Amino acid sequence: MATNAPTRVKKLFNKVEDIVPESLAGLGAAHPDIVKIDAANNVVLRAGGPTPGKVGLISGGGSGHEPLHGGFVGFGMLDAAAAGNVFTSPVPDQMEAATRAVDGGAGVLHIVKNYTGDVLNFQMAAELVGGEIEVASVVTNDDVAVQDSLYTAGRRGVGVTVLVEKIAGAAAEAGRSLADVAATAVKVNGQGRSMGLALSSCIVPAAGTPTFELGDDEVEVGIGIHGEPGRRREKLASVDEMAEWLVSPIVADLGLARGDTVLAFVNGMGGTPLIELYVAFNSVARILGGQGIAIGRSLVGNYITSLEMAGFSVTLLKLDEELIRLWDSPVHTAALRWGA
Amino acid sequence: MQHALEAWLRTAATRIHEQAPALTALDQAIGDGDHGINMDRGFAAIVAALDGLPPADPATADVAASADLLRLAGRTLISTVGGASGPLYGTGFLRAAGALAALPADAPPPTPAIVVTALEAAVTGIGALGKATTGEKTMLDALVPAAEAARAALDDGADTAAVLAAARDAAAAGAAATEPMLATKGRASYLGERSIGHRDPGATSAALLVDVLAGVVADADVAV
Repeated sequence: MATNAPTRVKKLFNKVEDIVPESLAGLGAAHPDIVKIDAANNVVLRAGGPTPGKVGLISGGGSGHEPLHGGFVGFGMLDAAAAGNVFTSPVPDQMEAATRAVDGGAGVLHIVKNYTGDVLNFQMAAELVGGEIEVASVVTNDDVAVQDSLYTAGRRGVGVTVLVEKIAGAAAEAGRSLADVAATAVKVNGQGRSMGLALSSCIVPAAGTPTFELGDDEVEVGIGIHGEPGRRREKLASVDEMAEWLVSPIVADLGLARGDTVLAFVNGMGGTPLIELYVAFNSVARILGGQGIAIGRSLVGNYITSLEMAGFSVTLLKLDEELIRLWDSPVHTAALRWGA
Repeated sequence: MQHALEAWLRTAATRIHEQAPALTALDQAIGDGDHGINMDRGFAAIVAALDGLPPADPATADVAASADLLRLAGRTLISTVGGASGPLYGTGFLRAAGALAALPADAPPPTPAIVVTALEAAVTGIGALGKATTGEKTMLDALVPAAEAARAALDDGADTAAVLAAARDAAAAGAAATEPMLATKGRASYLGERSIGHRDPGATSAALLVDVLAGVVADADVAV
């Protein structure tokens, strides 16, 4: 007989239902100069409040992907992030509160990862502020593991979301209009693609058991960021070979050619140490170099995670001068900081 | 006398709490492993909202009171469940409430026809929001057959209990029929052919809700 009280899973929490609020409180306590927490709504806000005349940027989604999204609230990136329960979209009330809190009179951009729940809840939030605050929405859908067809909910929003938040955030900070900032976000999403693989599953704290079982010698290829199983299962291979599984479909999908310059983002899923992520980056760099594709900018680390899942994803963003300038612009958040 | 819809919501909360681990296990197979947890949270919030209401006046156990209860349930689910099921189930309840509220003030006490109308409004609203139809391995695979069976029973002259019994049987069969389906909507669609062979968690929870409604109405001499 199943019960609602799983055996205590070996994780850091006081009460399992307090993981999200207490983690947000910790973020606020650690970075009071950057963020303040709206505890009633589980929303992370910039410490300084909205910037008059600047387009407000909000994102949000299920928790368990930290530092996404709360770790990216701050100068040069997001104005607010709504945190749902682990792997569960936040509810419309939260995004409504965030939208109202960050409106500086120039409109608010919603950055939404393409999952049915996120899209529906953000859509309802936009309706709740309709007529009062101008809202534009950009949906990220960069995961090449999923075919964008009538037979799926469309490609998932994964690694490119981090790049959209950084680059659109820089555009907003530069004083561009809502339409301009939204167009920049759409451009980044359109020029970026990702794919990931898992070496292990993850444990949703309230569920207490791994989301899927994976043999000691198996990897799950084409994963999302919610511990959902991937597209196929393969035997563990060398990292050179596994990097090839991820890079090749991205290069083909983006139509990258000799002479192109990309931002290469090797992202850890939460449970893989940086030493291994740099090994993976080395493989990615070798593959791209062999095809005459230059790495103009790079990012390596755990930025959009799936709890304690081991594994990595690769995101490639085709760069031009505008995107490089916006990428290099100052940013000061809990998880990304340079130039400020 | 407790309003039948209130009895439905309270009993559904109990059943969902019991079934939460099973629903979550289904979701672990083809989704992200939280459906039972989220539905349990949403229905517990509905019970808390019901507890906060003033005691029901038996005289108000009419269509307007039914609409109010459905609206309360819908708003609570939208505000507490999250994921896709919050907006989808919440919209279903709100549309059913809207169908009842649209009836004239002097409408007769709820009849089988009104129940079927409300059910159809809910199912149509969910399909429109989710841009989905039957055969895509979603809650609609339980709900659409349920509404169709209810309509057919009504046309055959069935009373409310028999209408809902037909809906319950069709929903259960519809949920079971999702097992061999290829998911083309929602998170299970990312799995492609690997979604085949698993029963859809949303169709399962939908069938559970219809089952509880049919049971409450059959067991009790209560207004709907």
